[in-house]
Amino acid sequence: MKPPPQNSDSTPGESCPAPLASDDKILLAHGGGGRLMHQLIESIFRPAFQNPELETHHDGAVLDFPSDKLVMTTDSYVVQPLIFPGGDIGSLAVNGTVNDLAMCGARPLYLSVGFILEEGLPVSTLRTIANSMKISAQESGVHIVTGDTKVVAKGNGDGIFLNTTGVGAAHPFLRSHPDQIQPGDAILISGDIARHGIAVLAARENLEFDPPLQSDCASLSSLVQKLIKAKIQIRCLRDLTRGGLATGLIEMAGSSKLKFTIDENRIVVHEPVQGACELLGFDPLYIANEGCFVVVVAPDDAKRAVEILRKEQNSSVPDIIGKVEKATSPHVVLKTSVGSTRVLDMLSGDQLPRIC
Amino acid sequence: MKYIDEYRDRGSIEKCSQRIAEAVTGPWTIMEICGGQTRSIAKHGLESLLPSEITLLHGPGCPVCVTPQSILDHAMEIASNPEVVFCTFGDMMRVPGTNTDLAHIKAEGGDVRIIQSPMEALNLARENADKEVVFLAIGFETTAPANAMALYQSKQQGIKNISFLVSQVLVPPAMESILNSPHSKVQGFLAAGHVCTIMGFEEYEPIAQRYQVPIVVTGFEPLDILMGIDMVVRQLEEGRHEVENQYSRSVQREGNLAAQKILNEVFEVIPKQWRGVGEIPSSGLGLKSVYRHLNAALRFPQKIIYEPLSTNCISGQVLQGLKKPNECEAFGKECTPDSPLGATMVSSEGACAAYFHYQNFQA
Amino acid sequence: MCLAIPGKILGISGENSIMPMGKVSFGGVVREVNLAYVPEAKQGDYVIVHVGFAISILNEKEAQLVLNTLDEIDPETR
Repeated sequence: MKPPPQNSDSTPGESCPAPLASDDKILLAHGGGGRLMHQLIESIFRPAFQNPELETHHDGAVLDFPSDKLVMTTDSYVVQPLIFPGGDIGSLAVNGTVNDLAMCGARPLYLSVGFILEEGLPVSTLRTIANSMKISAQESGVHIVTGDTKVVAKGNGDGIFLNTTGVGAAHPFLRSHPDQIQPGDAILISGDIARHGIAVLAARENLEFDPPLQSDCASLSSLVQKLIKAKIQIRCLRDLTRGGLATGLIEMAGSSKLKFTIDENRIVVHEPVQGACELLGFDPLYIANEGCFVVVVAPDDAKRAVEILRKEQNSSVPDIIGKVEKATSPHVVLKTSVGSTRVLDMLSGDQLPRIC
Repeated sequence: MKYIDEYRDRGSIEKCSQRIAEAVTGPWTIMEICGGQTRSIAKHGLESLLPSEITLLHGPGCPVCVTPQSILDHAMEIASNPEVVFCTFGDMMRVPGTNTDLAHIKAEGGDVRIIQSPMEALNLARENADKEVVFLAIGFETTAPANAMALYQSKQQGIKNISFLVSQVLVPPAMESILNSPHSKVQGFLAAGHVCTIMGFEEYEPIAQRYQVPIVVTGFEPLDILMGIDMVVRQLEEGRHEVENQYSRSVQREGNLAAQKILNEVFEVIPKQWRGVGEIPSSGLGLKSVYRHLNAALRFPQKIIYEPLSTNCISGQVLQGLKKPNECEAFGKECTPDSPLGATMVSSEGACAAYFHYQNFQA
Repeated sequence: MCLAIPGKILGISGENSIMPMGKVSFGGVVREVNLAYVPEAKQGDYVIVHVGFAISILNEKEAQLVLNTLDEIDPETR
């Protein structure tokens, strides 16, 4: 990490504040626009996110753009605990927004980040999170080009809230959208499900896993780019975040006005995830993922797409999980692993741990 | 997972549904008492594996659904008290009282915590010494020993700032109440395997004899439920009416004696109101007088008692197996899991919610 | 009612606590479980757990007996 540059705004004679020590706490003044805020930017954010666009030290970033069409998305991140097995709020905020761009078939390019920090947050935590954002951004090939920091009084936040907005270059021909889905198409999944939601919950509820369970938090951009490069006829991509696989499928079936038939036997849930779900009375089909997506493809390309996903993920888990059919009313049918069928419906509200 | 996977094995399940199909001449109407089984039936789509001669009715075995509105109102009154840390199982958060639910009380600033074991309430009491901790102790016989242990330990340890709002219900009197109804359609019961794990099944034997109904103690996995149905069907076909035990890996005839001992130490049998059903004699557990000091209902006397609301909700009849959820005029219209009229639409194992979420689609 | 699931006892502690407690694994997720109601439970036993309490020790022999009935030939249909 490079040392913070000299504070050129400071009045002559006034000593520059010492770099932030790791045992320091965030103060209201770190959001006040004065020297402390400057110090925060220079000692944490700029070294972590350094790139040519950020180096202009201006109010906004002027960006080169390689495409006629721009894809833009925004998302806010609130998670407890801030750091969990397999990721933290920083990697989540970068990957989550990158993945939303990827799901539009776009090549992610630039991110903005807004930090809302709670007074009293350890500076070391902020440093860890900024560093993990740096790593996630590098892995996805995106630049964090502009940002903002505010500090709220103790008790008015939850450590850190993050907002990231992302822009990417749209693909010239590919339109990833439910309205592209056609009867006969194949429905593919890229990985096992429910790991992120359970990993975060486990960290919050002090559930022990042996072996440890990690969130699946990851960038999906390169995986999607591989499918695009292989000229797979992609109809629609959907990452399976809040509401999990079931909600993603129900939304897609609803927008496309078609029937999806899904085979439960082809959906992988790791045993400890299943164990936690049994324990808490949760249905893994409705638990959040942060590194897993569904892609609907033309039937002729389904096998080839699965091979690509399996090779890239180095895993046999990606699979064809279902097919699209005509329907009088859109819905999702699950062929259960016990040989019966049922309709998947959206949940009302969150799943709460239950005893009944 | 051992003791789960074997009971979700497709081959065994096919074999079992074939056995049922071979045995049945029917028609037969069977009630699963327990909401956990209702949920399993819905989640695994088991009704689609049964021959059309068999009708399943979903019984009152959901403590969330049968907790009276007045107790919920009292719970919310206590939870609104700024001096109180109110704790409850997650199931109770969205059950409507007269005006609101605990989730809204929490949103308005009430300190409402979801806990997963009653013993956590004791920890909360130690951690919040300047507050009163109140636990909403609901449940059937299965949950009663855990709630009893929390009460027993609170007394033993002399914890001053804890109390319990108790709404404990018992299964066999509810079964009798259903069978006593002149409109009852139930010809056989699946008894609740976890209730029987605690209580055993001796007390079901006189019921089976008196009302001439087969009763099969049944587990919760798909294969368990199909095997339980198979055993009931065979009894019906052969004109027998006995208590049989499908869930013998967990249930013994005498039940769990260690648990029963603590139950008897803490609780006594009382008449009890069931939401939507009314009062059933000897169908609840109340605190014995030596535990009076831990009774939240006495420590925080209820200030406002509402008249029960009249809606076109038929959850009481659904609970007793007199009607199916989709026979209700409000089902899926005024009444959905997002805005439930009755508790059977709230709890994920309530018959109405289970129907709503998992209904088999005839596509 | 009564979500209760099977898990395997990895170890029993509790000499220092008021009640016997065990570490129980549910397919790899491990929880502290109160063993007061299964005083005869040993390490390696499978127990049914409800709201933090083990309420029974699973009986392997009984489980097998019941599963075996699936393979019995039904005299009436032969």
